[in-house]
Amino acid sequence: MKSLLILGATSGIARAYVDLVASRFEKIVLVARNSEKLSELASHVSTISAADVDTITADLADSISHSELVETVIAKSGSIDCALISYGVLTDQNRCAEDVDYAMQQFHLNGTSTLALSSRIARQMAKQGGGTLAVIGSVAGDRGRRSNYCYGAAKSAVESFLAGLRSDMQKHDVHVLTIKPGFVDTPMTSNIKKGALWAGADKVAADIDTAITKKKNILYTPWFWRYIMFVIKSIPEFIFKKLPL
Amino acid sequence: MSDSWGNLYRSNQSSITLDWRSDPLPAREKMLAIGNRRSYGDVCINDGGTVVELSGLNKFIFFDVVEGTIRCEAGVTLWQLAKLVVPRGWFLPVTPGTGFATIGGAVANDVHGKNHHEVGSFGCFVQSLGLRRSQESDLTCSASENPELFAATIGGLGLTGAIIWVELSLKKITHSLMVVESIAYETYDEFISLSQESERTHEYCVSWVDCLNIAGRGVFFRGRHGERGNLNDSLGDNARSVPVIVGAGFPLVNQLSLRLFNYFYLRSHRGVREYDETIAKFFYPLDSLLDWNRIYGRRGFYQFQCVVPFENADVLTQVLKKVSTDKQGSFLSVLKTMGDKTSPAILSFCRPGVTLALDFPNRGRRTTELLSTLEQMIVEAEGAIYPAKDATMSTATFEKSFPRLSEFTPHIDPAYTSTFWQRVQGA
Repeated sequence: MKSLLILGATSGIARAYVDLVASRFEKIVLVARNSEKLSELASHVSTISAADVDTITADLADSISHSELVETVIAKSGSIDCALISYGVLTDQNRCAEDVDYAMQQFHLNGTSTLALSSRIARQMAKQGGGTLAVIGSVAGDRGRRSNYCYGAAKSAVESFLAGLRSDMQKHDVHVLTIKPGFVDTPMTSNIKKGALWAGADKVAADIDTAITKKKNILYTPWFWRYIMFVIKSIPEFIFKKLPL
Repeated sequence: MSDSWGNLYRSNQSSITLDWRSDPLPAREKMLAIGNRRSYGDVCINDGGTVVELSGLNKFIFFDVVEGTIRCEAGVTLWQLAKLVVPRGWFLPVTPGTGFATIGGAVANDVHGKNHHEVGSFGCFVQSLGLRRSQESDLTCSASENPELFAATIGGLGLTGAIIWVELSLKKITHSLMVVESIAYETYDEFISLSQESERTHEYCVSWVDCLNIAGRGVFFRGRHGERGNLNDSLGDNARSVPVIVGAGFPLVNQLSLRLFNYFYLRSHRGVREYDETIAKFFYPLDSLLDWNRIYGRRGFYQFQCVVPFENADVLTQVLKKVSTDKQGSFLSVLKTMGDKTSPAILSFCRPGVTLALDFPNRGRRTTELLSTLEQMIVEAEGAIYPAKDATMSTATFEKSFPRLSEFTPHIDPAYTSTFWQRVQGA
């Protein structure tokens, strides 16, 4: 693979991933909303790798601009061999209950806009004859829980969409990876008290790298979340609705 | 997570993180910027205040491979830096015994390494640094720009503000392996003559000393960058975690384990041997055991490091005798000589003489009383105690250790403080 595109490049997981793999790429395009952070990250990536690094400042929640964005990326890097979609916001569930507009805006940010972007990138990869699209979902998408269901529903939509996209894209040699991290210690979660189930972004990044190399379809990271979520999904609804999860 | 490496504190401090240089730092009253919490005592603790965690501020800014200068954020660790620069033919000009320390911490404590006798301390290689103070916009400090603040910030224990980035000149190397010689010796005087002889020929010198032995026997290590090992080879990265059960309550350091350890350590280093070692093994032997501080159990441990001028260095034989008769010392007892190259730091610990570092499992008053006795011996010998390792020194000792203190204090940022600073101020 020659070119890497990171959408939401200033997120904690993206930073750890780019640290790990930067030296293997010739061209890296970093996309994020905050231009100052983006330029800090770009000088870092240029220092740790020989790659040619480019940045695009964009608000990825604005799905109308996605088509133009993909064109700009292609103009900069020629093709997209590997793309990681890693932007998102941890939704405040309490606020969602009172402010439905906020809830819908959050759903669009974490859900719909990601579908739009995945779709456009996958089609670009199909056109160029292959590629790898890795998208960060969440274990929260496995079942709607009282404490987090607006965020969970958006991630659930992403997962269903990617499952279809994966199958659709198989004939074009486009590999679609759904990444489902559990609790990850990153700036997004800096206000939450950490316990034994928390993982570092470095661990998650290493898992993503392995999953991309091995062409896995769905990655739970760290691995034990597959079993935790299996248990959570197995609880009958009449009991589940009473659990304070 | 413990608040510092010695595991001695359960402090009450709030914490904020700074991950991007462009992010503002919220104003608080009692602040202290910290890195990876690898200092042993309370210089990285701010009880009752706010610590600004910079370990996530760890990006590189530029690396001039031709000139060997690198600029990076303060939270970059020494190991992270070494991994980047070694394959391109450069190395840290000075490194302490752990690669987990951050560049910002290395500057703030003006740390030293096994090559102090030849090149001086870390601060000698700092070209410039970015400092964020509470009432000003970000400042660049160097020998020519804000030189006084530059001299106060190096070795300034974080009290002059938050170090945001550091520009460093590196050391050229051609191969990745170190050539090391280990020489067993029987007495302190032999250590001194080995030091004098080796300093002329070897860039890196350090010695392990058997703190159970009254004569001061030990093993002298001298090394240099060799002519073997491809720069692209692994630096020897083998971090293994100490099982969580260790330190869950029972310390592993006692007279029996210490006797056994020292016996086997001496046995495996008999006579004179020469061998190649990776950078990781030579410079960071303990880093391969992540969280080795857990071996001291829940009560933690004290570390004592002093430096004494050459003319009074015989006091160290008294110190070693006192420790061995008191039966309180531990595995990690290190002797080394320091040279006369000085950094710009106003509060540098480093000065010509002999430095001794000792670990003591925390046994309550018995240990603090011993530390205070040792402290008195050092003060009488006109020596100094190292703040980065200290948890107990008195105000008077601090003032005697750092005669230029009054030159330093005007540069303190009024919003910044630390538990260490409060303590040595007598607060």
